[in-house]
Amino acid sequence: MSDAAKDDVPLHRTLGLTDAEAARIVALMGREPTDPELVMFSLMWSEHCSYKHSKPLLSGFPTTGPRVVMGPGENAGAVDVGDGLAIVFKVESHNHPSAVEPFQGAATGVGGIVRDIIAVGAKPIALLDSLRFGTLDSARSRFLFRRAVEGIGHYGNCIGIPNVGGEVQFDERYEDSCLVNAMCVGVVPQDRILSCAARGVGNRLVLIGNRTGRDGIGGASVLASAELGDDDADKRPSVQVGDPFTERKLMDLCLAMSEAGLLVALQDLGAAGLTSAASEMASRGGVGLSIDLDRVPLREEGMAPGEVLVSESQERMLAIVEPAQMDAVVAMARRHELDATDIGEVTDTGELEALWRGEEVVRIPSLYLTDDVPFCEVPRDPAPTPEAIDLSSVPEPDDLGRAWLDLTADPNVASKRWVFEQYDQLVGANTMRRPGGDAGVVRIPGTDRAIAVTLDCAEWLTELSPYDGGMASVLEAARNVACTGAVPIAATDCLNYANPEKGSTGWRLAESIRGMADALTAIGAPIVSGNVSLYNESPRGPIYPTPVVGVVGLLDDASTSIGTAFARHDDAILLIGYGEPRVDASRYLGRCAGSPPPPDPDADAALYRLLATCARERLLASAHDISEGGLAVALAESAIAGGIGAGVAVSAGRRADEAMFGEGGGRVIASCHPAQVAAVSALAGDGVHVTQIGAVGGDDVVIDAGGSVARVPLRDLAQVWEGSVPAALEAQ
Amino acid sequence: MSATRVAVLRFPGTLDYESAARAVEGVGGEPVYAHHEDTALPEGTGAVVIPGGFSYGDHLRPGALASRTPIMSAVRAHAADGGKVLGICNGFQILCESGLLPGVLRPNASLSFICRQADLQVADSGTPWTGGRDEGEVLSIPFKHHDGAWFGDPGEARVVLRYAGENPNGSIDKVAGISNLGGNVMGLMPHPEEAQEPLLGSVDGRVLFAALLS
Repeated sequence: MSDAAKDDVPLHRTLGLTDAEAARIVALMGREPTDPELVMFSLMWSEHCSYKHSKPLLSGFPTTGPRVVMGPGENAGAVDVGDGLAIVFKVESHNHPSAVEPFQGAATGVGGIVRDIIAVGAKPIALLDSLRFGTLDSARSRFLFRRAVEGIGHYGNCIGIPNVGGEVQFDERYEDSCLVNAMCVGVVPQDRILSCAARGVGNRLVLIGNRTGRDGIGGASVLASAELGDDDADKRPSVQVGDPFTERKLMDLCLAMSEAGLLVALQDLGAAGLTSAASEMASRGGVGLSIDLDRVPLREEGMAPGEVLVSESQERMLAIVEPAQMDAVVAMARRHELDATDIGEVTDTGELEALWRGEEVVRIPSLYLTDDVPFCEVPRDPAPTPEAIDLSSVPEPDDLGRAWLDLTADPNVASKRWVFEQYDQLVGANTMRRPGGDAGVVRIPGTDRAIAVTLDCAEWLTELSPYDGGMASVLEAARNVACTGAVPIAATDCLNYANPEKGSTGWRLAESIRGMADALTAIGAPIVSGNVSLYNESPRGPIYPTPVVGVVGLLDDASTSIGTAFARHDDAILLIGYGEPRVDASRYLGRCAGSPPPPDPDADAALYRLLATCARERLLASAHDISEGGLAVALAESAIAGGIGAGVAVSAGRRADEAMFGEGGGRVIASCHPAQVAAVSALAGDGVHVTQIGAVGGDDVVIDAGGSVARVPLRDLAQVWEGSVPAALEAQ
Repeated sequence: MSATRVAVLRFPGTLDYESAARAVEGVGGEPVYAHHEDTALPEGTGAVVIPGGFSYGDHLRPGALASRTPIMSAVRAHAADGGKVLGICNGFQILCESGLLPGVLRPNASLSFICRQADLQVADSGTPWTGGRDEGEVLSIPFKHHDGAWFGDPGEARVVLRYAGENPNGSIDKVAGISNLGGNVMGLMPHPEEAQEPLLGSVDGRVLFAALLS
């Protein structure tokens, strides 16, 4: 666009505001906004900052419970885990930046979520990632995948937080709109939890950490609240650049200041930078904040006041400090080789004020920015109800063993070792169950307790039947956590959707949230934090509706945790759970089609109780969720992890291949000493069945489904399971 | 008799100081933190651990900036007096950059960061660092690094630990850890402080910390 053409377009439109929104701003303010004010509105009213499309829907989530110490609305949620400690966690997206510049986009995604945890005063103890890219036969997808993983490793490894799990999926729907969701978990003494609410008129507003530059300007509105198009390279300057070394110093400094009681409130600077951080702090505290922009340490000269206000330069935090503590804060920052600068103060006006060269350039009631967002009702046009798959239309394989190997080699099913080996999984020496199992298990430092954490999503089912898919996303994540023996206690969510104004996306968003909420209520795991990412859509189409759910579980005795690996010859193999396998929407079917039976959250909850009891009484040697690839892949994974074969026999149901590879219900494959089978079986009930289906041992993995037998050498399964993702990356 | 004081070094960006201190305690030592700007080791220091991490964000070269800090002069003097020094991962890189151990740590052959549990074979049973284990015995200790391929003349050092099986990073002679010829300064890329408890999968790292007290 030429400058002349630009001049004809009103500023509000180039900033992404609609004419109606611009008019509303004038009406609210009672005057024309200044340019910096308009820039601030454009960011704060963007979907990314305001959730204007999704917020009305999110109120359905359960957010309270006996363990909830702090629910949604702060930088991250917190739950009671005993010993006076709280676990703090949140998942967040960094999708659009990662699609434009995968290394920095993914790296700063990690940086951002870590600062959310630090802002609560918590020490980060675990990271997880949920990643979705196009299929690996696409050169662009391979590039994005490789670079995003490198970026996550670069940042996470250097700040010293173990990466303990997550998920990776490949589907052509994510070719143009990859998803990079990162979750961070921290721990904090409950009496030291920090709020972002500014308090105390006359208290100082202190900017801590990096200097402010022009990086990431307009990230929230330009990148995160619009569809991606062919000119995305032009958006690269909107992606921030991360410096994990500074983040580590910032983390150590903030935790030290919190421990020393120097902070009244703390907030991280993320999307929309100083504007967002300051207005959140002011609104939440019911106070005003006055900022002297001339005191903000800048990285470059000639920045406009609006740029200083919305820069997304990384590794910065905003704190409220009592005047008497300022010297101590500055001295402590200096010891950590960082800046802490007094840039303003708390006022009683309820307004956000900014001075530039001695002149007032901004005066906005902070609630206008945070609470007067024009919310939008999303259209709710239902998609047609899909029909169940006619099994006779699915060709039956001649060689079930071959089909098993092929399914195991699907990059969506195969081992993601190539990914998680690039992450430090162990730093801090508390990681008990590393990535690759159902959930990461991390000891809570200094205690005998542990948490189990995972991220999961059932995007195919959410596309086909959004209510069931939302429910299944919650239950699959919780079941993963339960397989370690932990009790699922709380959840966080990252709702990744396409443009909610188009097609049935709005309906899918609303329905899947309803399904998630019902499942969370049934299993007693409230949502304590979350994030929404819309407009994940390109000219080639929308992504699948992808409600990624993070679940945290608690083990009162860390030493009782269960892994996925078969342990001993002659151990009994048990099938525990409910539901029948179906080819519908299964990885075996290979496409998003069909109509699987709905999940049963009450039966899932009963399954979790059974697994937790088994763990406490040390009855099980292993437990592994049956998910993608069905019974056959779960059996193979437990065998590969243990380095020992297994043989099972099950009913063929409708057909042997469906019995082996079908998905659905809530099913777990477990193993135990033969002497413990009776004790485990005695715990069955509430719709949960325990069936002994075979035994551990041998060099092969064998399934007999009603007389149809698949027998594959363990080493062949291990070879394709371990080798297929690296091979897919190296083939071209 | 009081426990041996072990100085655990902290540079900006050092990550593993807490787990290293716990490992020192676990074998009966008394850990004391020492910082990059300190000009002397803490009073009564009997041995030194340089834990892993990303000192100075790996700027310039891993270990290069840390090796030029005041505390490293004190460590050099301690080593010259025959005092024991254990450098882990970034600590190993710092020791090589400091000239306390020969050779350099180059980027892994794969050019990527690798985190993996490894079997390490005792290659020299004559140093204190392997607690009397025989040559060929195996220790299970995890490693995690991007720049862990030791390159140098094995004749200038004692090769204490080698990767058993496949060489994961392209180091000369499958070197995982070396000591100086005197045997009092040891560096290794794997992380013995993360192999101290059955709960975390291995206790084989204890011998390296126990050696600090012997």
